[in-house]
Amino acid sequence: MVGASRVIWAVGKSLTTRAIKPSSLSVIQAPYRYANKLQSTYTASFDDDKPQFPGTGTKVRFTEKLDFLLPDASPAIPVYRVIDRQGEILDPAQKPELPEDVVLDIYRKMVLLNTLDTIMLNVQRQGRITFYMTSYGEEGTHMGSADVIFGQYREAGVFLWRGFTLDDMMNQCFSTHQDVHKGRMVPINYGSRDINFVSMSSPLATQIPQAAGAAYAMRMSGRSLCVTCYFGDGASSEGDTHAGFNFAATLDCPLLFFCRNNGYAISTPTSEQYRGDGVASRAAGYGISAIRVDGNDVFAVYNVTKAAREVCIKESKPVLIEAMTYRIGDHSTSDDSTTYRTSDEVHQFKRDSPITRLNSYLVKNGLWDTDKETAYREEAKNKVLEAFERAKDRKKPPISALLTDVYDSMPAHLERQAAHMRRHVNRYSEHYPVQDFLDEDSTGR
Amino acid sequence: MAALQTLARRCSTSMLKRHFSVSSPVAAQMTVRDALNTAINEEMKRDESVFLLGEEVAEYDGAYKVSRGLWRKYGDRRVMDTPITEMGFAGIAVGAAMAGLKPICEFMTFNFSMQAIDQVVNSAAKTFYMSAGKQTVPIVFRGPNGAAAGVAAQHSQCFAAWYGHCPGLKVVSPYSSEDAKGLLKSAIRDPNPVVCLENELMYGTAFEMSEEAMSEDFLVPIGKAKIEREGTHCTLVSHSKSVGLCLEAAQILEKENIFCEVINLRTIRPMDEETLINSVKKTNHLVTVEGGWPQFGVGAEIVAKIMESDAFDYLDAPVYRVTGADVPMPYAATLERASLPGPQDVVTVVKKSLHIQ
Repeated sequence: MVGASRVIWAVGKSLTTRAIKPSSLSVIQAPYRYANKLQSTYTASFDDDKPQFPGTGTKVRFTEKLDFLLPDASPAIPVYRVIDRQGEILDPAQKPELPEDVVLDIYRKMVLLNTLDTIMLNVQRQGRITFYMTSYGEEGTHMGSADVIFGQYREAGVFLWRGFTLDDMMNQCFSTHQDVHKGRMVPINYGSRDINFVSMSSPLATQIPQAAGAAYAMRMSGRSLCVTCYFGDGASSEGDTHAGFNFAATLDCPLLFFCRNNGYAISTPTSEQYRGDGVASRAAGYGISAIRVDGNDVFAVYNVTKAAREVCIKESKPVLIEAMTYRIGDHSTSDDSTTYRTSDEVHQFKRDSPITRLNSYLVKNGLWDTDKETAYREEAKNKVLEAFERAKDRKKPPISALLTDVYDSMPAHLERQAAHMRRHVNRYSEHYPVQDFLDEDSTGR
Repeated sequence: MAALQTLARRCSTSMLKRHFSVSSPVAAQMTVRDALNTAINEEMKRDESVFLLGEEVAEYDGAYKVSRGLWRKYGDRRVMDTPITEMGFAGIAVGAAMAGLKPICEFMTFNFSMQAIDQVVNSAAKTFYMSAGKQTVPIVFRGPNGAAAGVAAQHSQCFAAWYGHCPGLKVVSPYSSEDAKGLLKSAIRDPNPVVCLENELMYGTAFEMSEEAMSEDFLVPIGKAKIEREGTHCTLVSHSKSVGLCLEAAQILEKENIFCEVINLRTIRPMDEETLINSVKKTNHLVTVEGGWPQFGVGAEIVAKIMESDAFDYLDAPVYRVTGADVPMPYAATLERASLPGPQDVVTVVKKSLHIQ
């Protein structure tokens, strides 16, 4: 009787998928108001000399002192770290329990991303793709995310970590017929149903309330999953962010907010973006727990993400992680950051990036050395170049892909247009670059 | 069938003030408000993933009482009051739809949807296309649209043209209770994002509902117009409350032996061109009627469509548009009345089309 849902979720990191049938939805145990009779949400009692206002809750007291709460009254939220800049673990108890090969894999993925970025930046400058965004300096914020993901745009490493291949990325950037998005998205706007990363959308911060809605849906489904929502320091100024935070808190959504605070929103430095103590300080205002972490320290990022995820799921409430880092590269290929910051500043920050930090740790512990570095950099470069070679001349999606997927079924006016286009192109094919597009009849799809 | 309709028309002029198309036996009278309420209730009962969110929809029964009784019946899980942030709750609803639920997102009026329009257009409308068919957004945005009474400029705009402009969205605009129930049910079941433009002034109007329309599986297909009244001299096309206006005008004109065919668009996007074209081929005259502004409006689109079709060769006069005045809606009652088309405006324009004084 109930319609079948088209939702497919992967459990944990597994790539197997399973449909949620609404009939298997179970009721969450949560304190809801019962709809049967009207109950007062607030009872006032004027017997005690305590404030009685619905807006403040029960723990508040009166004061006769006229004191404004100054924004810098509390010390700035500290930055949690595990490894120092020299690669030493400061508190052995904080070292994450990760097998060596996983740690090495994290390192390799960050280097791979770095290599990919360098090559693709050049590819864009050569005019082969129209646009690209690098993750220089922020690779560490990608290596650890939970369950279902809503991203902003600088989370390529999350894709790589979860199994999105270089071919997948190249296909998207070059809009080939093998692109899962059929060439409809701007380069680097990846998305993948298989790895549960919702296709990225350009308008900033729109993913934040959406993530809250998805988390609410998760909660209603009764499964122990959460949603991770990435956004930057600039996006935190958007109205959507305020709404998303407020909703996540009031609706008890299992939502892990992950703010990549890299110091810049294109040319706007954080000193002009906000006056308060970063983004983490705002969480308390919404009733949300928060933690600030060294985004260049992958062990710290791993630890906080793991801990936050547990809280999200067990207590069904949102948590905010603010990962402090630095945007070493330009905002995108449309940006030239030398116009608003000095190269000295950039050089300084290059000395301590996620890659250099983990590299120091690995070398200190005998897990890595310069030979291995050289060899892997070469390997990474070759992998990227090979994927590039495969994609660069690959055919584009069939021309008919222009008109499909506007609705679940093609409307009559688009059908007519598709037929007209087909006839026209077939008749005058010598005037059109048909050889660049996959044949309509090809099962390449 | 034709005999029944002629009989109905003859009877209706003398007995009833409203015209209705007689297709099945009449079962009951129902207001538009109750029709919408019934539609939401039936769909929530049928599918656990359907839920309603918006401002004041729960305990308050809805700002216009459209969701009366639903919170009491389904509870907090299915009927949610939201904080005052259209951008926020539209975003939440879009996210929930992406995650597999079927939200009905109520805007207190569509004027406030402008604060959420990015979520409606950039996220809901375009996502299926941008994700190459992988990510559906089965959401319904609904609420009152267009002019109410005495609510002035920022509460009276018609958004049919704004949303009708966007590929990826479906846009419906019911007139009668049957329209309201059937279209909203279809909208909720539709896997595409649908904008349902209601009308506050119609909420309290009662219409006859056939037995078929009272059933739990009654659907009005999206994309199909309805001929409310057949005629031969001139076609009047309209949507929402203005359909009533056209029927009134048709009644006035009938006394002068001018028989208008009144078409209720029901759906703005995808628009039922075929019905319009066939009607114009029959009557050779077309007048569009709407409450919204003239520039880039629904009427403008209809005119373009007719020009581009073979119906153009059947026109004996240009297509005329009757629209709201090209001003932000004033507050003063006299000015407000002057800003909106009345039956006499439609009558005048029909006569102009027919070259009659």
